[in-house]
Amino acid sequence: MNKEERLIKRYKAEKRFQFYGKAAIFMALLFLVVFLTKIFSTGYTAFQKTWLVIPVNYNADLLYLDPDKKPTTEDINDADFYEFGIETFITLDPDASEDQIMELKKMFAFTFERELKYYLLDNPDSFGKTVDVKLTASDDLDQVFKGNYPRDIPENRRRASDYQLKIFDKLNEDGRVISEFNASFFTNADSREAELAGIASSFMGSLFSILVCLSIAFPVALLAAVYLEEFAPKNRFTDFIEVNINNLAAVPSIVFGLLGLGVLLAVFGLPRSTPLVGGITLSLMTLPTIIIAARASLKAVPPSIREAALAMGASRMQTTMHHTVPLALPGTLSGTIIGLAQALGETAPLILIGMVAFVNTIPGTPMDPAASLPVQIYIWAESAERGFVEKVSACIMVLLFFLIFMNLGAQLIRHKFEKKWN
Amino acid sequence: MNSVIFLTIVLLALSSYFFGRKKAILIQSNKRLTALPKFYGYYLAIWCGAPAFLLYALWSIFEPSIVRFFILSDYSSQGLLEGELNLFYEKVKSLSRNQYSGELTAELQRSAEKYLNFRDIAKWSKVVIVLSLLIASTGYAYTKISNNTKTREPVEIFLKGVFFLSSLAAILTTIGIIFSLLFQTIEFFQVIPLFDFVFGMHWYPAKAFVRDASEALDPSMYSDTFGAVPIFAGTFFIAFIAMCVAIPIGLLSGIYMAEYASKRLRQYAKPVIEILAGIPTVVYGFFAALTVGPFLKDLGLSLGLEVSAESALAAGGVMGIMIIPFISSLSDDVITSVPQNLRDGSYAMGATKSETIKRVIIPAALPGIVGSILLGVSRAIGETMIVVMASGLAANLTLNPLESTSTITAQIVVILIGDQQFGDPKTQAAFALGLSLFIVTLVLNIVALSVVKKYREKYE
Repeated sequence: MNKEERLIKRYKAEKRFQFYGKAAIFMALLFLVVFLTKIFSTGYTAFQKTWLVIPVNYNADLLYLDPDKKPTTEDINDADFYEFGIETFITLDPDASEDQIMELKKMFAFTFERELKYYLLDNPDSFGKTVDVKLTASDDLDQVFKGNYPRDIPENRRRASDYQLKIFDKLNEDGRVISEFNASFFTNADSREAELAGIASSFMGSLFSILVCLSIAFPVALLAAVYLEEFAPKNRFTDFIEVNINNLAAVPSIVFGLLGLGVLLAVFGLPRSTPLVGGITLSLMTLPTIIIAARASLKAVPPSIREAALAMGASRMQTTMHHTVPLALPGTLSGTIIGLAQALGETAPLILIGMVAFVNTIPGTPMDPAASLPVQIYIWAESAERGFVEKVSACIMVLLFFLIFMNLGAQLIRHKFEKKWN
Repeated sequence: MNSVIFLTIVLLALSSYFFGRKKAILIQSNKRLTALPKFYGYYLAIWCGAPAFLLYALWSIFEPSIVRFFILSDYSSQGLLEGELNLFYEKVKSLSRNQYSGELTAELQRSAEKYLNFRDIAKWSKVVIVLSLLIASTGYAYTKISNNTKTREPVEIFLKGVFFLSSLAAILTTIGIIFSLLFQTIEFFQVIPLFDFVFGMHWYPAKAFVRDASEALDPSMYSDTFGAVPIFAGTFFIAFIAMCVAIPIGLLSGIYMAEYASKRLRQYAKPVIEILAGIPTVVYGFFAALTVGPFLKDLGLSLGLEVSAESALAAGGVMGIMIIPFISSLSDDVITSVPQNLRDGSYAMGATKSETIKRVIIPAALPGIVGSILLGVSRAIGETMIVVMASGLAANLTLNPLESTSTITAQIVVILIGDQQFGDPKTQAAFALGLSLFIVTLVLNIVALSVVKKYREKYE
């Protein structure tokens, strides 16, 4: 091999190496793109909800009410809307057999009784008349309508039967199947029925946990950082604290869950499954992150600021509280937000302290049992029903939205308020 | 009641701040003050609030156990088991709240009355004692400021004390972790021999059904149940698969970012790759279970391979994607901090850029790169949700990436999800696993951090 050839070979190796680098970056970006498209493509349909608009005859006889008198609220509340609902469904197919009536019923969410009742309560004038009422479609039909269920497979492998699909198609031709923005996804608590399940309870759970976490972790971390940066003597003990903080930052999150379980629940006897315990556990986890960020921004305050204050006769404490800490606050805050974003996405420790319980009420205080958004993702992901897949993806979209929002907020604070010293 | 006491303390402390400041202004009319008037206020407020609050907090913590001790002291001579005493005490408490629905006995009724009685005494004596301490300490501080003593120094010392206590939070957390893990683990090893745990080949925690509290513990029940070898093997195996994905991609993209990338590419691509580290792990778990697992299964079918829908490969691969940014960012930093003169020397000898990187920069940055990889490994070992959701929960001892395996973290979740019973070997097994996880990650972190630190010192 002569010189020329060797040079060509070396240049080829150079090109190859550059290509590997580009390929690696491309792969990493590709993963991100595939990942996000997958989540969005399975999730966006959850923001739509399918309704069936059916003619309902609010006939007094069917409701066992007095036809000559306008019913009061109490009368309506006492009336049996289950039987009434069944009778209404039969009008969709007057020739339906016993079994087919049950299938007709299953085309609607089990809340049809309530929906029929509330319609009458809201529109008392429709008593004795036939009106169009919007009822929540069952999860199976919802999925069929959104195209998430294949229709061309044999009937016994499908959730929706041929009969249901026939009725459904007829309704669809008449324009009686409508799709609207799914507000109940944001206002409902969790439910066993995919078409009714919402994120309100887990959202509140997350909110309370994060608030508890913030109110504990931020002050403690800020004061600890101030002590370590401004007051602590350099000795073995403060070194030990430093090593401790660095190690805590890298302890797996599930270990904090064990801490919460073994100390907060077992020793202190705090209530299980509550955002209070979840928030305390998360605050212990985010503490090192915030301390490290706060120390970095305290370090970034130039010594001349402190010296100037001391020269004017301020005490060490006054220098710190009036000058150093305010200047370090933007950096600390952005570090805090990043720490909270981490805490918001955390699942494993919350599972261990029991925040996986099925909660179908919206918690009002941090002391009520609740789930959190990531735990909700886990719970739904473990459910077998197809309808929950799109719910999981939608919940992920909501969670990612908050995470992006928080991270952008942290960036904004950093760029807008942080002082640059050079 | 508790919140009323708390609010009273806070309100009194607040008002004594204004009172103290006013006093200072009064003193100012005929004497020179030792500090700004507000320090007089702080001084009084601290003396008013801090001792009372401290006593209040201690009292609230210890009251339940003291009451419990008094109630149960009537029955201590009867030779009851700890579990039975607990049960009895719970019954007494629920009876006193009128929520008891079981069989009523004379003993139970008597104890419930005594319990209510004690709680009442405790409540009122708490109010009286806390308030009198508050009055006494405030009075003391008031005479002090009336004599115009130093106030700024004590206030600052107090604040410094609070700062110091905050900095102990990290140590307390570590102690809490070690305490909660160690305590349960020791109890676990009193039932299951350490040898069986570390070298046992079978892990079937489902076999160890939850025992009734009154039943005696029979260690033979648990033989061949808690052998952690399959779990440890699975953990390292999945971490290995993850690193097979993360090291090449992370390292190469880190090198490219540091050495080749234009400023613009760096500016945009770096934060975008770091998004991968910010995505919650439960989301990765869902992705692995919903997309990657079935995809690998179909791929395997078309190649004639038997792939489990929950395979170690799916979990490990997705975990690897998650770890890419840890390795790429850290190695990028490390490579950028290699001094320029090393590069210049190499270029001067006629080396191409890639030759310089391979022969000069990587050897120079090696400790830092190793440190970043170790941190990545520690992440992989501690990762929970991806494995729980994507790799199955049965502890198979296998080296086939197409089968499902389980990890330490996943088993902790499996054992502790739902209701736990403390004092049961099954629950304690989770803590023993947690302790081993804690030790492994701690060692990895300490090694990694010290390697990186040594490396940094070398070039600073």
